[in-house]
Amino acid sequence: MAAPGASLRLVAPVWNRGTSGIRGLSRSVDPEGSQRKGRTLLQFLADHFYDVEAVREYLLQKQVLKVLRKNRFQDKEWMRPNGRGLSGELWKLREVPIEAVDASGCAITYQGLDNLLALKELQSLSLQCCPHVDDWCLSRLYQLANSLRELSLAGCPRISERGLACLHHLQNLRRLDISHLPAVSNPGLTQILVEEMLPNCEVLGADWAQGLKLGPEEQSRDTASSPIPA
Amino acid sequence: MLRRALRLGLGPGLLGRGLGAHREGSTLDWHGKVSEIKKKIQSVLPGGAWSPLCDTSHLPPEHSDVVIVGGGVLGLSVAYWLKRLEKRQGAIRVLVVERDHTYSQASTVLSVGGIRQQFSLPENIQLSLFSVEFLRNINEYLAVVDDPPLDLQFNPSGYLFLASEEGATIMENNVKVQRQEGAKVCLMSPEQLRKKFPWMNTEGVALASYGLENEGWFDPWCLLQGLRRKVQSMGVLFCHGEVTRFVSSSNHMETAIGEKVTLKRIHEVHVKVDHSQEYQPVECAIVVNAAGAWSGRIAELAGIGKGPSGTLQGTKLPVEPRKRYVYLWHCPQGPGLEAPLVADPSGAYFRREGLGNNYLGGCSPAEVSSVGSGCRGEDRDRVSLSSQASLAGPVLVLMSRSPLALTWGLLPPSTTYQADRLKRPARPGSDVCPGQRKPCPHLCPQEEEPDPGNLEVDHDFFQEKVWPHLAQRVPAFETLKVRRAWAGYYDYNTFDQNGVVGPHPLVVNMYFATGFSGHGLQQAPAVGRAVAEMMLEGHFQTINLSPFLFSRFYLGEKAQEHCII
Repeated sequence: MAAPGASLRLVAPVWNRGTSGIRGLSRSVDPEGSQRKGRTLLQFLADHFYDVEAVREYLLQKQVLKVLRKNRFQDKEWMRPNGRGLSGELWKLREVPIEAVDASGCAITYQGLDNLLALKELQSLSLQCCPHVDDWCLSRLYQLANSLRELSLAGCPRISERGLACLHHLQNLRRLDISHLPAVSNPGLTQILVEEMLPNCEVLGADWAQGLKLGPEEQSRDTASSPIPA
Repeated sequence: MLRRALRLGLGPGLLGRGLGAHREGSTLDWHGKVSEIKKKIQSVLPGGAWSPLCDTSHLPPEHSDVVIVGGGVLGLSVAYWLKRLEKRQGAIRVLVVERDHTYSQASTVLSVGGIRQQFSLPENIQLSLFSVEFLRNINEYLAVVDDPPLDLQFNPSGYLFLASEEGATIMENNVKVQRQEGAKVCLMSPEQLRKKFPWMNTEGVALASYGLENEGWFDPWCLLQGLRRKVQSMGVLFCHGEVTRFVSSSNHMETAIGEKVTLKRIHEVHVKVDHSQEYQPVECAIVVNAAGAWSGRIAELAGIGKGPSGTLQGTKLPVEPRKRYVYLWHCPQGPGLEAPLVADPSGAYFRREGLGNNYLGGCSPAEVSSVGSGCRGEDRDRVSLSSQASLAGPVLVLMSRSPLALTWGLLPPSTTYQADRLKRPARPGSDVCPGQRKPCPHLCPQEEEPDPGNLEVDHDFFQEKVWPHLAQRVPAFETLKVRRAWAGYYDYNTFDQNGVVGPHPLVVNMYFATGFSGHGLQQAPAVGRAVAEMMLEGHFQTINLSPFLFSRFYLGEKAQEHCII
């Protein structure tokens, strides 16, 4: 997806504890912007109140939605290169290697992935809530193994642990989101196995204890645990 | 002619189907016929034994255009493609005869369920490629209105073949062919193997080929049920019974050069109902032999192989049942999610099953090879034969029953075999297949083959033949516990371990779809289409499977797989 320079590059997002998986979209954080105004005050407040974090998120999300909208529009162009005319801007930027693609909610299929797999410099891919992305599609992602750092598969209804098993090719992956996958039979166990499979990657998804019945003494320990970053 | 007319005239059609008496009709016995007719008229009249209303729903229909013997994945695939490719909807009446509706012994459901493109014959690669595309889009192919979509539980984890020194060159050539056909396979060195799969011990491995895409394993029962559901919705008739007899007629003809040939045509298939002596003669135009491990028996019933050996009449269908064991074990520290289906050069293989550290695996029994194909035997035999392979030109190969004699120079070459070899040019590499998982037994005595009479599992086989190789390859497997085991049949083609497809040259309306020796399930969709094309069009349209025709058994042209399961 072509866009001028760094503004559309999805930098490693800030993951907040209080958020659930879907809301934790990869978002572009403008480091200079957050440092400029009121960073100290908001930061201070955020450290102490979860609500402020939510407010910050909301503001960031507004910023991001604009980006995402443009993102998706560009994606549509990828999927239908012959149907619509390319905008002039896109044409000028066709030599620019694409670093990030957000295809959330797109009806991208196994064949449609051909377009994405041609992007050999792709670093971040988001396939959240894509209704047709299934295990077969995941088996094609090995072609992006050299460059892909971030992958989000949250909310895809057709992905199961069998497809997740073929993500082991993506050794450069640093962040993987596999939350809210309804077709995965054992989310907690799958999370552990995927973490073992990709030791350098931060895997976000189900808490390992999800699905387990906890005894009363383990309750407090559970709320404090969180995915361990690599 | 008259006989047949009599038979038909006095057959079930006239007096209702319930009688089922077998008519001989061989002699023109008027007196006997008249008394029979009298008896029948007496039974029809009130007070007699005959009742006009009889339930024959358990019997197959009297006429069917195509009778498919065998309701496994291959038979159902042929039925599906016949109905899909027929020119007008409902043009062809298809009957599938399956003697065991629970599929308790069928190879399809007892299979490990793997699919791969790592073959050496381009035809096999293409068959597999189409089949995987079929499986990927199974809900488009096999969609039935109002029924839920199928979930094949496909694991796209790939196959990993390991080759020792001797097999490395052949593996490289195979991978080249596979890539040319469009398979996504990569070669890995032992160093790369260790990095990627740290649980593996790469001692003795020179090269590995890894399928990156379109390879893995799936649930064969789901495919079978999906096919069954779909073909039933397309109007294919099912029959629960066993084929006991073929009634055929012969035509004596002469070829252009004056040779006498007897062409046979099957007219009726006698289907016997289970647990009963009742049978139904089904008139048919074409018979498809998809009986899997029992295809040899069906072929014998049709008279294939009855003749002086060495002639086309005397060429039997070389498919026989071979028992193979599959063991399921639990190993707590075993390979993780990334484990593909690993095939060791010794022949042992395993794959992950589920998420609970369970693994499935097995091994083909070692076969004593008679021809010096170096298949299974001592390592030094393989080394000595690989040096043979590097010689240019036709390779003189030793023929002997003793593995010791395979070592070059111990025994003088057998003269008869030598003469035979000089007649046909050697295909490069066609005789040496070291490191092969299923060795090419040209004419070997299967001393170690388990008895295919039943499906009992031999647990000692695991202890002695499978576990040592597995433990050597994956040290974590030194501690494991076998949870379950089962046995299934390979419809083993003793000639060249590849399928038999297409019509028989003499029994002109029997088509084969069998003999795939362990890779039938993964090629079933494509083979079904090929056979349907052959039946409807008279030639292969999409994938040319001429190397798999029956005539190769008579001509001696092997379509041999090298170094592959």
